[in-house]
Amino acid sequence: MIALTVNGKRYDVDVSADMPLLWVIRDTIGLTGTKFGCGLSQCGACTVHLDGQPTRSCVTTISSVGAKKVTTIEGLSPTTSHALQVAWIAEQVPQCGYCQSGQLMSAAALLTKTPKPSDSDIDAALSGNICRCGTYQRIRRAIHRAART
Amino acid sequence: MATTTTLDRRAFLKVSAAAGGGLIVSGYLPWAGDADTVVEAAGVFEPNVWVKIGADDSVTMTLTMLEMGQGVMTSMPMLVAEELDIDWNKIKTEWAPADAKYGNPNFGGQQLTAGSNSVRGMWKTLRESGATARAMLMTAAAQTWSVAENTVSTEKGDVVHKASGRRLKYGALVDKAAALPVPKTVALKNPKEFKVLGQSLPRLDIPEKVNGKAEFGLDVKRPGMLIARVVRCPVFGGKAASFNADKAKAVAGVRHVVAISTGVSVVADNYWAAAKGAQALEVKWDEGTLATLNSAEITKRYAQLAEQPGKVARNDGDATAAFKAAAKSFDRVFETPFLAHATMEPMNCTADVQADRCDVWVPTQGQTASQQAAMAASGLPANKVHIFTTYLGGGFGRRGEADFVTDAVETSKAVGKPVKVVWTREDDMQHDFYRPVTYVRMSAAVDASGKPLAYQLRMVQQSLMKRIGGLPPNGVDFISVDGAANLPYDIPNIRIEYTETDPGIPFGFWRSVGASVTGFVVEGFNDELAAVAGEDPFEFRRKRLSKHPRHKAVLELVAEKSGWGKPLPPGHARGIALMECFGSIVGQVAEVSVTNGAVKIHKMWCAVDTGWVINPDTIKAQMEGGTLYGLSAALNGEITIQNGRVVQRHFNDYKVLRMNEAPEVETHIVPSAEEPGGIGEPSTALAAGALVNAIAAATGKRIYKLPIRAEQLRGNATARA
Repeated sequence: MIALTVNGKRYDVDVSADMPLLWVIRDTIGLTGTKFGCGLSQCGACTVHLDGQPTRSCVTTISSVGAKKVTTIEGLSPTTSHALQVAWIAEQVPQCGYCQSGQLMSAAALLTKTPKPSDSDIDAALSGNICRCGTYQRIRRAIHRAART
Repeated sequence: MATTTTLDRRAFLKVSAAAGGGLIVSGYLPWAGDADTVVEAAGVFEPNVWVKIGADDSVTMTLTMLEMGQGVMTSMPMLVAEELDIDWNKIKTEWAPADAKYGNPNFGGQQLTAGSNSVRGMWKTLRESGATARAMLMTAAAQTWSVAENTVSTEKGDVVHKASGRRLKYGALVDKAAALPVPKTVALKNPKEFKVLGQSLPRLDIPEKVNGKAEFGLDVKRPGMLIARVVRCPVFGGKAASFNADKAKAVAGVRHVVAISTGVSVVADNYWAAAKGAQALEVKWDEGTLATLNSAEITKRYAQLAEQPGKVARNDGDATAAFKAAAKSFDRVFETPFLAHATMEPMNCTADVQADRCDVWVPTQGQTASQQAAMAASGLPANKVHIFTTYLGGGFGRRGEADFVTDAVETSKAVGKPVKVVWTREDDMQHDFYRPVTYVRMSAAVDASGKPLAYQLRMVQQSLMKRIGGLPPNGVDFISVDGAANLPYDIPNIRIEYTETDPGIPFGFWRSVGASVTGFVVEGFNDELAAVAGEDPFEFRRKRLSKHPRHKAVLELVAEKSGWGKPLPPGHARGIALMECFGSIVGQVAEVSVTNGAVKIHKMWCAVDTGWVINPDTIKAQMEGGTLYGLSAALNGEITIQNGRVVQRHFNDYKVLRMNEAPEVETHIVPSAEEPGGIGEPSTALAAGALVNAIAAATGKRIYKLPIRAEQLRGNATARA
């Protein structure tokens, strides 16, 4: 059994030590807001926070998580009221929506560290998150909007 | 002034009482034949349901179009709400099952969300459904109050009689209305009267896409479900000759290893076990006949075919004679590569096959194709195969295919349990149905002053029409030459030719399809014609649009908004392009700079005439995203074939635009009362054209081959004159 804390809740999971955190979250715990996009940390769809740090869960083995607290999109706000979620709706950001959990988790980590990010701060923090629908300019606008609130 | 439409020739609308109270507007679309015949044959009236109004005032509409980010989950209900006159916030939506009754009349009755055809295929039926229900509710109220029908009106879900101040909710009238005869004609609103249509209403799917609750295909969970990865022959057309499952089965969690028609399916308790089992699996492949095929060989064959005349798609004047007589003529060869769709959500499907029933949960663009694949794989008839759809994590044409359905249904049938098949990114990249590779020979003849006299396009490409049903008698795939055959410019002699060939690489519909090639080729070449004529690229186009005022208005708008002709920062340059496809006319301007071969796109401007507009913000979103999809392909997209297999595997060798590279896209909509055009694809088609024209303006180097490589922009690599 491996113990881990996801969104403030403790889980004991019986999985192989090399299983990526992504699949523990999705298949074992059953939280499917965190997405599988590439399995190689190239697209960012699987981004979660480990002790607040944005982390690609698809290449993070469960054995390496240890006592670090995991936060997924479901834990960002229990009422969908995080400033970024509000801004995402106001700017009508998502199209297909598949990458947006990862985009939001990367953006949330950015705002924690840099409450008033510049465009280049946003580029640096978000360029690891691919959006094939091309919502980048709305993501940028939404981050700036959230930073103003 | 409203438009009166005769219902029974178009949509066979029926109105009936719902079980438990309520009003149902339903109907058969014309391709299904006469509604009464269908009803009689079935022995019972089982209509589809477009709109259901409950005795509790609820309004539910059935969505036959699927949501992949293009906004149909909002635009379709807006069409109903406008004519029905209800409180927008009260409308609910449900996904349609796979059933011919919900087919798109523009696709011969297939349920298919593609071709920028949701609004174009459904707007009339849905508006008529809303208008019919409203008319009947008004009649029911007039009868209840014993007043003339023309003295009642509606206000957001109520019928009102202004003279007496009486008012009844729709829900109170549904039973009475359901018993009335359906009116033969119904008035649709004039666009000037729209209250809902034309508003940027917030999309209904967005709230659950910011908190992880939206259910995509990959998120489907069924009791007792196993997860599978299918190992496929790396060579197209190959198959497993034999396999040894011992090492795969030794992986903890692997339950079954079964041969299916698409490969070998490794079935496990969870994805990680399935992925590890698939890696451990030993397969001997029979690689088939394509095992020595390379991209270079394909290009060589296409180049040879382009030496010969093709089938004629358009022939204005006498281009052949004009070429012979002209003072000067020149040829250019344009090439575009195979492209993967690379949706963010890899292909997947969940199936539960039982003895007398097959349930399928799938993110698909085509319920009909999914059902047919499931029927073939399960051996069950249509009425026992149930398709449940989810949100799509991107479609772009890839999810109109059904190979992933075959995977899941065959695997579930083989193991006797519900199974979710999950593709890896590598599977997705290497086993796509690619945008076909294309070779185009362009020719122009000009007079002594360089003005164009004759224009010829000769395209060699695999044929999608042939794949899905057959080429027409003239041998021209009009999907391939879309955007070329309808060239709008005044050039006296125009000849558009097409040659079909098939090297055997799987090919399919890729966002904007044929126009994704012609937007680059035709507008890239036209820009060169402007240069040869010694004219400004915008003026060159503008003065040759005498027969196309809508095109001209779009071109002028995008030029104005982009500041065409005004000074730019040093090193910056603009390119312009214009095109009609999918029923919409788009103009684009790109502003770029090029440093040591590296292209920086500073900004893109779009103008679009797409007829009357349902939701302006959705139009803008599609123009933004579609443009980036096209730019992404122009800058980086290339699938190459080596030994019958795809070279690229991931996002590191099939690069796509990222935040730091993506320009802002500014969109302007031309006010229009014309019938709606498609919006999901046109901006993708044109983006490469605007881009290469801007690059030519910045560097003097014209791009004839996509994707754009830095070496093309250094030295004289592109000069082919």
